Amino acid sequence: MAKKTTTPKQFDPQKNYLATMKAIGYVRRSNATPEDYRRIGFKSGLEVHQQLKTQKKLFCRCPAGIFHENEDFHAEIIRHMRPTLSEMGEYDGTALMEFKTKKEVIYRINNKTTCTYEIDDTPPFPVNREALEIALEISLLCKMSIVGEVHITRKQYLDGSIPTGFQRTAILGVGGELQLKKKKINLIQLSIEEDACREISDIGHQRIYKTDRLGMPLIETVTHPECLTPDELREAGDYIRFLNRSTGKVRTGIGAARQDTNVSCEGGTRVEIKGVSHSKWLPELSHNECFRQWALLNIRKMLLERIANTASWALRHMEIDAYSHNLEHELAQKYTDNGYKLVAVALPAFHGILSHFTQPGMSFTNELSDRLKVIACVEKPNITSDEDLVNPLSEQDTVKLASLLKASADDAIVLIWGPKEDIPTALDVIDERCRMAFEGVPRETRRPLADGTTLFERVLPGADRMYPDTDSAPIPLEDSYIKKLSENLPVDIWQRFQQLANMRIPEDTHRFILRRNLVPIIEEISNMGFSARFVGTLLGHNLKCIEGHIPMHKDFSYRRIVEMFAFLSKQKLHQSLSKLMLPVIYQHPNMDFNSVLTSINFKKRTVDELTAPVDYLIEKFKEIRVTKDNNPNIVVNWVMGQLNRQAMGNTDLKELRKRIEERVNA
Amino acid sequence: MEDIFQGYKGRALEVLKKYNVRVWGKAVVETSRGEFKGTVLPRAENDDDCHIVIKIDTGYNVGIDIFTITSMKEVGYYKATYKIPEKEFPFTPNLPKVKLLGTGGTIASRLDYRTGAVIPAFSPGELYGAVPELADICNLSTEKLFAVFSENMGPEQYKALAIAIGKEIENGIDGIIIGHGTDTLSHTAAALTFMVQNPPVPIVLVGSQRSSDRPSSDAALNLMHAALTAGHSDIAEVMVCMFGPTSDEYGFLHRGTRVRKMHSSYRSTFRTIGNTPLATVSRKDGVKPIVENYNHRRKDRKAKILPYFEEKVTIVYYYPNMQPDIIDSLVDNGYKGIIIAGTGLGHINKPLYPAIERATKKGVHIYMTVQTLWGYAHMYVYDTGRDLMAKGIIPAENMLPETAYIKLGWALGQTNDPAEVRRLMLTPINSEITEREPYNGYLIYQGGVPEVEDFIRKFRK
Repeated sequence: MAKKTTTPKQFDPQKNYLATMKAIGYVRRSNATPEDYRRIGFKSGLEVHQQLKTQKKLFCRCPAGIFHENEDFHAEIIRHMRPTLSEMGEYDGTALMEFKTKKEVIYRINNKTTCTYEIDDTPPFPVNREALEIALEISLLCKMSIVGEVHITRKQYLDGSIPTGFQRTAILGVGGELQLKKKKINLIQLSIEEDACREISDIGHQRIYKTDRLGMPLIETVTHPECLTPDELREAGDYIRFLNRSTGKVRTGIGAARQDTNVSCEGGTRVEIKGVSHSKWLPELSHNECFRQWALLNIRKMLLERIANTASWALRHMEIDAYSHNLEHELAQKYTDNGYKLVAVALPAFHGILSHFTQPGMSFTNELSDRLKVIACVEKPNITSDEDLVNPLSEQDTVKLASLLKASADDAIVLIWGPKEDIPTALDVIDERCRMAFEGVPRETRRPLADGTTLFERVLPGADRMYPDTDSAPIPLEDSYIKKLSENLPVDIWQRFQQLANMRIPEDTHRFILRRNLVPIIEEISNMGFSARFVGTLLGHNLKCIEGHIPMHKDFSYRRIVEMFAFLSKQKLHQSLSKLMLPVIYQHPNMDFNSVLTSINFKKRTVDELTAPVDYLIEKFKEIRVTKDNNPNIVVNWVMGQLNRQAMGNTDLKELRKRIEERVNA
Repeated sequence: MEDIFQGYKGRALEVLKKYNVRVWGKAVVETSRGEFKGTVLPRAENDDDCHIVIKIDTGYNVGIDIFTITSMKEVGYYKATYKIPEKEFPFTPNLPKVKLLGTGGTIASRLDYRTGAVIPAFSPGELYGAVPELADICNLSTEKLFAVFSENMGPEQYKALAIAIGKEIENGIDGIIIGHGTDTLSHTAAALTFMVQNPPVPIVLVGSQRSSDRPSSDAALNLMHAALTAGHSDIAEVMVCMFGPTSDEYGFLHRGTRVRKMHSSYRSTFRTIGNTPLATVSRKDGVKPIVENYNHRRKDRKAKILPYFEEKVTIVYYYPNMQPDIIDSLVDNGYKGIIIAGTGLGHINKPLYPAIERATKKGVHIYMTVQTLWGYAHMYVYDTGRDLMAKGIIPAENMLPETAYIKLGWALGQTNDPAEVRRLMLTPINSEITEREPYNGYLIYQGGVPEVEDFIRKFRK
């Protein structure tokens, strides 16, 4: 007779999830204090990717910045990637993992944006000098040590995002620093590189990419992990973004700037969250990642307490058939019907770990499930257990499986499924990830989700994936050339912050203004005699509001605002009129300014003309007034309200108010 | 003594010596542009003497301008060894025995610091380490005959290869693979067709268009296709096995005499000219013949090995206004055979006539091929052709110029008798001349045509 097995009775995964969340001291981001981050040893750095505004791509003559719909392609090419050795004679961990997944990669190419270079049927052409120069300017702005000779290097990517299997990239500068409000952040390096393909889909063993973005010039600015709170991280992200944009030579818009952030907690590991498109998402993502690591360290502690010798730890598994084993779980039945193989796995000593909190709404089960999807190519849902937060196994199913696997009460029982040929890898994945739990936090890259949590993407690659590009010759950078470039650099961002403060432009506008590199425009307009504070506020409040509500006309550029002020100056109109004109020129940038004035019903009037009806209005107000309050301001305000619109552009409104006050008090 | 300043010369070498820093030494370098830290790497021989290359911690390489260096200090040392992990090739009963003869080329290559480019590398263990799937296809043994780039292959190598193949056949091998650079792969394939006649087993030449040091290389798949063909196919001929489409889908088997490299860098560069390829090969479907008639695999060990080659043979690529002194100087320099790649149906201009006449009178064998590559030399159509034949030029039918060059060298290696040479040249050994040109032997579709675009979109050319 089989050994009597016991199963945890009425195990409540939700309760365990909440209890473990509390046990590790998780706090929501909105409630977190700097003390919380000190407690868990929050540490974070950035890799900011920024596309450069060039006509052509980096290593071929295809146009840059043209994008296609998924179905707009002329041909498809299939590739498989194999790991190769690095220059130092090592295989890279990610490379081996990607090989395990055995993906078929399909590239959809459109002749307008892709030539034989992108699909790796032609060696690279000499590097795009325009791109190199922009990247060097930015390196100099970052106060970096500029290299004497640029060496193009191949950085392996076996996920297929680049058809060659590597990205051509080169370091332009090392070192450097950013001056944030309260501290300095040191930089590691800046590189120029070719952008990767855009993914269309990734299902099972097939991944589809399009090649329009592939090969566009990009820079990557890398900081040391010196940000000690999520807010500092965001500040650093913004700073780099503003700095890049201050050159006016980088692309803007969706996907033109993307950040990777690496995060660790005390005792944790450097984990990279890749492709964050907005710096405002960085705080939530880094916060959650740091606590995920903190949770994994707690899991490690629990497991080491339970398991004396982790080296001899081994999972047990057996193939299951939902019907012959009489399982009632709907997914078990569904996937048996689909012809999938079902496997029950006993994870010794893992009871209560699977539902251990890792991220909001996620538990250790997600760590297994993500890897099953990415490495074993089994689509989700791909795992369940009695600890599943969403769709757990019933007590009856769990008892049955535990008995089949001869599991004890300390063991976790999971059920996985997938196509037959993927099951061996799936079991390896479970085994590997469970063993990693004994070590703590695995080195990996993670994909950000909108809710601030992350998914496993791949094993974190190391320096072992670098290889010199044997197709390119080194490019020397003469001292005289670097000197020439450094003489024409835009103003530092920290100085920009100071400038804005000196101009008394409200602080809540600074981010908007710097993100769009509008300081030069403010300077230009204020040189015409307008108030910098007024212009800054117009941009940071009025323009921001318009941009938030109305799509920008394709011909609109911020230059048009400069032209508007030049027009006001020439016509001797007051700056306040710009507030009415701005929404019009934003939507109709090609309309001439006189027509703009007509469209807002502007009529030119002298101050005397404007103030002519004041006495009449004062009398009228007396007739219609309802308040008993005799404060003269009430009548002044009402009269101002009546004249406001006509006065805008014709006079300073303060001046007008003064005149009205004189009449009221007369 | 080991070169501790590998590749550095002139002023850069002086700087390394001055600061006592070796190649592979970890160095801290102070410059007027700032500080750099990393491992000093060897420098390619042809690069200038004004820069020192280091690998920084993040794995990237950067060059430092020596004129900006203010100080340099070696703080450690780590020498990298670039080696594919070698594993002994496992023996599996019931799988065919296949021999891989190595000549060099990108099928197996590694980084060379001397030139900064890739150089050939080769060993069965390395191959198994890099392409373990080979063990499921055959029992592979290897022999490295030479390590040369494709462009350095020549008559000596052809002969040595033919003899080595003969020996392998005698010893009972089931199939032979020849790893080869792609530039002159078809020349070698033609030479082996003539030198190893009526082989009982497949002889497969294979290379790669993207070196095996890159993840997207075609080397591994080509090698698997070649092993499948050598070990399992029924086609016992000299063949070239390379990508069919540029996608990782299937390979083509081309006859060694009718194949040509048609693109400087595409994976699908090899095409059969004037006919269809022999077969397709894929891991899924194995070898699927396209042509009906081919030389079948046999149990016997009989093959005719004819390792002969006369080196004083050349190809002249005709162009308008070619001067007769080109032909004269060849004759004066002792050339015994000339293949002309003529225009159109096989033509050259009148001013060359006297030179041609002089050459043939001196016993130089001249054969006419066409630079259009597709089609036959038809020298009866125009007077020019008839004149030329009267002066002793022999039309080589639809033999490819490079194949004709190899064949003439091979024929002249055996005899100088004009009639015998002519007999050898015009009697096809394996399709170098075909009686018929099938209609689908010439298909060069042009892009932009809707139906072509439609095809390309659907079939992953």
